[in-house]
Amino acid sequence: MSYYAYGVAAAVMALGLIGMATSRNLVHTVVCLSVAQSATYILLIAVGFQYGGVAPIFGNQVTQQTPVVDPVVQALTLTDIVVSAAVTSMLLALVIQMAKRRKAVDPDSLSGLEG
Amino acid sequence: MSRRARLTLLWIGLAAFGVAMAIAFTGLPGFGGTFHPYRDLAVVATFAHATANGVSSINFDQRGFDTFGEETILFCAVVGVATLLRPVHRERRREVRSGGRVLESTSLLVYILFPLTLVLAADVVTHGAITPGGGFQGGVVLSTGIHLLYVGGRYTLLRRLRPLAWFEQGEALGVVLFGALGLAGAALGSALFANFVPQGQLSDFISAGTVPLFNIAVGMTVCSSVVILLAGFLDQALAIRSDPGTQGDPPDADSKEEAAA
Amino acid sequence: MSSGFLTNALIAVSLTLVLVGAAVVVFTRPPSKQAVVLSVYGILLSIFFVTLQAPDVALSQVAIGTAVVPLIVVLSIRKIASIRDEARSEREGEQS
Repeated sequence: MSYYAYGVAAAVMALGLIGMATSRNLVHTVVCLSVAQSATYILLIAVGFQYGGVAPIFGNQVTQQTPVVDPVVQALTLTDIVVSAAVTSMLLALVIQMAKRRKAVDPDSLSGLEG
Repeated sequence: MSRRARLTLLWIGLAAFGVAMAIAFTGLPGFGGTFHPYRDLAVVATFAHATANGVSSINFDQRGFDTFGEETILFCAVVGVATLLRPVHRERRREVRSGGRVLESTSLLVYILFPLTLVLAADVVTHGAITPGGGFQGGVVLSTGIHLLYVGGRYTLLRRLRPLAWFEQGEALGVVLFGALGLAGAALGSALFANFVPQGQLSDFISAGTVPLFNIAVGMTVCSSVVILLAGFLDQALAIRSDPGTQGDPPDADSKEEAAA
Repeated sequence: MSSGFLTNALIAVSLTLVLVGAAVVVFTRPPSKQAVVLSVYGILLSIFFVTLQAPDVALSQVAIGTAVVPLIVVLSIRKIASIRDEARSEREGEQS
């Protein structure tokens, strides 16, 4: 159990990479990239976890002495998710442009660069 | 690159990645352990500024400058999408009929959920410093709520309720507000993005100093960004078609000449 | 100790679900089906975040991962399909 969470993060990253390399459709490629990015959320949240820790929302029940899970990695993950949505939509906009110009979304049919 | 070469490269890369991760994970503290040095420092800083939500405190108080950078990424991505998806001269905008068959129950659900989502989003943004939530989440919830109208089959109503110019200005205003709050921290407090407002009592509605203000600024930016992003994609998918009358860009002409030869 | 075992079991189950979800998303080849699976994967991820005591992250994952990103993917697929249809009808028009 001790390394299972880290292993899952690595496996999700590997799955995303496999999907990107074997993809036959650029939309599929972009979705696989977002899966690969989700591996970073899993790893960050897993690193910050502590058994018996509660969410870092303080109040009457949760004081400075109560064990909480690491809020630093949660803050990183939070902004990461929003940025990943922006990156995904940017890439999909590029895919739409490519479909308009080349009438194709198969990465194998896009061999050359054009100016 | 041929398909075979690409797959070979993939497997070599994955093997190296696996080895590197195995080495890295054996050096990490075990899952669920009690060793969290950043957590200990962050909790002390959170209590020093009377912010109940530790995550909000880190995002908008302790590392405000980083969050400003992330907001700028969002801003740039939205500008990029708007540039890539703008209608070009060979395209025309067609009228989208707001007809189509939408189930009565779906419509009803949308009419119930729409105001509820707006209230929920406002709650999430304003209570971001004391309960789970904040500008990022509230902004996304708000923009998702606005787009419920599209699910309800009311694309024309969505376009009327969503004056894009307002959201474009709202996005810019949110970024400027965020930067101005940071500069105010430098002018009135100790450093850039310092928390210069009195912080009050932990868990009070008015507490945590500048954190709620940052939440509102980020909420404006995120909501407007998502609305503008989705507007670009919705327009492309529903309203914008290439104009068959003026087709004739160079690649097409080339292929025709080849066919003739 | 029983509560510790329960926590462990809960985390293990939600991690396994996330892993299976990621595999299904990657190996679903038709993008239109993939958008639906991606939204389910987003829900699985947010369940995992709740299990690991990260409600803030779960909230933003639920809104972005299950609503906004799949919607953008669906709209892109629709646009690309309409580009293909136009290209096809244009080619047929040239031939006739």
